Amino acid sequence: MKKDKKMTLTLPAEELMSPGHLACQGCGATLAMRYMLKALGQRTVLCIPACCWAVIDGPYPYSCLDAPIYHCAFETAASTATGVKAGLEMTGDTETTVVAWAGDGGTFDIGIQALSGAAERNDDIIYVCYDNEAYMNTGIQRSSATPYGAWTTTTPVKHFKDRPKKDIVAIMAAHRIPYIATASVSHPEDFVKKMKKAKAIKGTRFFHVFAPCPTGWKSRPDDSVKLARLAVQNAYFPLFEIEDGEKVTINLKLKEKKPVADYIRLQGRFRHLSEAHIAAIQDEVDARWARLLKSC
Amino acid sequence: MKKVIMGNHALSYGAMLSRAQVIPAYPITPQTQVVELLSEMCASKTLDAKFIKVESEHSAMASCISASAAGARTFTATSAQGLALMHEMLHWASGGRHPVVLGNINRAMAPGWSIWTDQNDSLSERDTGWMQFYCSSNQEVLDSVIQAYKVGEALMIPAMVILDAFALSHTYEVVEIPEQDKVDAFLPPFKPEIRLTPDDPHAFGGLTGPEHYFELRYKLQKDMEKAPALIEGTGLEFERLFGRRLGLVDEYKCGDADLLFVSSGTAGYTANVAVDLLRDEGIKAGNLRMRVVRPFPFETVRRILGKAKKAAVVDRNISYGHHGIFYQEVKSALYGVKKAPPVFGYITGLGGRDITPDTFKEIAAHALAKDGPDEEIVWIGVKR
Ligand SMILES: Cc1ncc(C[n+]2csc(CCOP(=O)(O)OP(=O)(O)O)c2C)c(N)n1
Ligand code: SF4
Ligand SMILES: [Mg+2]
Repeated sequence: MKKDKKMTLTLPAEELMSPGHLACQGCGATLAMRYMLKALGQRTVLCIPACCWAVIDGPYPYSCLDAPIYHCAFETAASTATGVKAGLEMTGDTETTVVAWAGDGGTFDIGIQALSGAAERNDDIIYVCYDNEAYMNTGIQRSSATPYGAWTTTTPVKHFKDRPKKDIVAIMAAHRIPYIATASVSHPEDFVKKMKKAKAIKGTRFFHVFAPCPTGWKSRPDDSVKLARLAVQNAYFPLFEIEDGEKVTINLKLKEKKPVADYIRLQGRFRHLSEAHIAAIQDEVDARWARLLKSC
Repeated sequence: MKKVIMGNHALSYGAMLSRAQVIPAYPITPQTQVVELLSEMCASKTLDAKFIKVESEHSAMASCISASAAGARTFTATSAQGLALMHEMLHWASGGRHPVVLGNINRAMAPGWSIWTDQNDSLSERDTGWMQFYCSSNQEVLDSVIQAYKVGEALMIPAMVILDAFALSHTYEVVEIPEQDKVDAFLPPFKPEIRLTPDDPHAFGGLTGPEHYFELRYKLQKDMEKAPALIEGTGLEFERLFGRRLGLVDEYKCGDADLLFVSSGTAGYTANVAVDLLRDEGIKAGNLRMRVVRPFPFETVRRILGKAKKAAVVDRNISYGHHGIFYQEVKSALYGVKKAPPVFGYITGLGGRDITPDTFKEIAAHALAKDGPDEEIVWIGVKR
């Protein structure tokens, strides 16, 4: 008799997100939510401001998630989560994990004041920014997370984004919160592992999650995971964590970095870029990677 | 127990006796003592609450709202610029049906920077779906906080307790501090029907299309319409327990008045003094102090003003391009009322300029000299 071949699941089997959500095909933000909930489990409250995810979970009275959601104002993800945590604790629930779940616009731009306030107080919340590098809900306008060179409806080809992406992780590290991690929808095991680690820590925990958006990036829906993986492999979006604002650990060491051009060329939002532009992006990525290696 | 306290501390005591559980707050003159005392009470465990030192009023209200959604009783206080910064979240609190209670110190809006009283800050938020209680004494401030929770939580509608900058916020008065067990008997713990919890997961406030939104707002208005009776009812219950009546309005010698002032806030107290001085001179004056402005007490105003010979509405506010806001409201309430009296509108005291008994005497002299109003705004005390 042949020996039974057993497949071991590397991710929790529990599904807290049902199909039937309203996201576009190939939406990275949906994968991110699914993996996060696998890690955190059902005893989680989500605070979701205006962003694609304000729509994705479904219109009233539906929701595709088995966890409760408070839909909050655009700039209030952090302050809403702070209030929920305090409210739950005062009514006897000290166990539930409270998550602020916001896009890059809600985090890097309009919500940064509330986020900084919560982080400075070290409020006991997990803040997750799923980064699709623009305001997608309102139709692809630039945010301060939009990378150099990208087209959006407010950075048209004739005047594409000429400033680099804001370094949100450095800003959060400067708050010396207990835990910060980057994660990518292409690396769910790493994402779930770090989210579980974060769940056990008290205080403000911050996740910066790379979430490709075929609609806004003008890429193929079936390339979303591939793009996310390439961004990790070429150090465009490296996977690392920072504890107490100081201790940096790279989760995926790269022996050899792939060229960024492969990643850039798969996306319509970068179509107008010349070889020289791409070389400049490569230089910037190399410099950031060198800085990261030095900080470990 | 009687204590001599400032109006701001009357708000703090009101929140403490109501057993507020989450207090996110941000300082602004002239509100600071409200939150300083509350933070002291939380630190010394006189009050079992979480005091959250948020980085702005916008966040203060956001945290109040979500803590309330999670089932906690919440309190905050602010003034002028802070209230304006909260504007978006004021709609959120009422639209989401979270009975937050907020103390607002009436302060004039900048520019130029003013820390002195007028009502344009709170009246700019008139249409946000909050109840508004305007107070004329420190005792009323404390009592109103307790009543605001009682009515607000019954209807799931937020409420503002409003007092004048300095004229009340920093003025010390004797205040009866009710006993905690009596307040507990009047105000049971907050237990909302639906709350934010993984035990019973719901999505609050998601995308709401034209097929549902309208009904949500209809229900808010229908519940707001229940508020006047509930305010009167809880006001009587309060009187039975504490000996002080908390009604929709405060009537002073209205019954036989030839001239009725319509007033609010601390000016509403000054008006009573003026009524007595005028009566000494043989002029039958009276004063209707508007305590509750939202919900607007239509029936009460029609009943009392319907019997008056003349009414003089005194506004410490203005709607630019229209006229005094109380004046608009009173006139609209009297529309279609047979034998409604002529109603005069006066604007005075903006930016904290004093309103004294003489101000009311000047108003009385003006109103009594005319058969009816011949201008929309009569300015009192302005330098031209
Ligand atoms: C105060 C306020 N300003 C503007 C908006 C409009 N708005 C809604 S979502 C959004 C962009 C969201 O971008 P992001 O946070 O990156 O999330 P994404 O849509 O990309 O998922 C904007 C500008 C709003 N809802 N509230
Ligand atoms: S626009 Fe982008 S982020 Fe938004 S739902 Fe579509 S794919 Fe997802
Ligand atoms: Mg975005």
